[in-house]
Amino acid sequence: MWVQLVIAVVVGLFAVVVGFVGWKPNDYTVGSLVLVELLLLAQGVIALVLPAVGSPPKGNGLEFGVYAVSVLLVPPATIVWALIDRTKWSTVVLGAGAFTVAVMVYRMYQIWFALN
Amino acid sequence: MATRSSLATGIGRVLIAVYGILALAATGRSVVQIIEKFSFAPFAYTLSAVAAVVYIVAMIALIVPGRFWYRVACVTIVFEMTGVLVIGTLSLFDRALFPDDTIWSYYGLGYAFAPLVLPAAGLWWLRKHHRTAVSADPAPSTASASE
Repeated sequence: MWVQLVIAVVVGLFAVVVGFVGWKPNDYTVGSLVLVELLLLAQGVIALVLPAVGSPPKGNGLEFGVYAVSVLLVPPATIVWALIDRTKWSTVVLGAGAFTVAVMVYRMYQIWFALN
Repeated sequence: MATRSSLATGIGRVLIAVYGILALAATGRSVVQIIEKFSFAPFAYTLSAVAAVVYIVAMIALIVPGRFWYRVACVTIVFEMTGVLVIGTLSLFDRALFPDDTIWSYYGLGYAFAPLVLPAAGLWWLRKHHRTAVSADPAPSTASASE
């Protein structure tokens, strides 16, 4: 989780900073969001496997599930929104998407271990 | 490409993206709360559901060009601004009304005050683009206008 969180935050910062600098969405910015999505998919698989092998979430399963499905939609939706209008603001949008994933991953961590 | 709403250009795209994120957050939360424990805080959860719908409509209204959707955007964003201010204040003074938090509780504290900042930014954006947005009704023909 922490790896994902750090990566998502770094990607977010990277995209927002270069967005303000003036980069249009390119392979690095879009690619980093693809990386975030791949990590989310891996985490999704783990989240499905864990209860099956006897390690279910301590917290609210439905809430976790809703977050998990939603968070998988965020990078693709962000990428589409950014690519249909390739300006520097689109890069900022990519950053916003990455930050959102970071927050959601942290929330999912809290929900799974019932830390809230 | 058809003429795009002037609201959906430049920094407006970030605005729309954040509305989308907030709409997603509000809808997801509402779904869970209503399915699981509606009777616990029916007023609060209904409010969250209404907020979620309003965010979705506001996002659509900012994307679709034309005078009608411009007005829809104005109405929905003013509604949200009022909502976050009223509910935010109520949540400070009347805890009994809110056994559980809503997206507008404490002025959107649980969402980094995005529910407070976003409508303000939205209203500013609408004001800034008032003239161009209301005059840019999409042409009924398929003639395309390149940007």
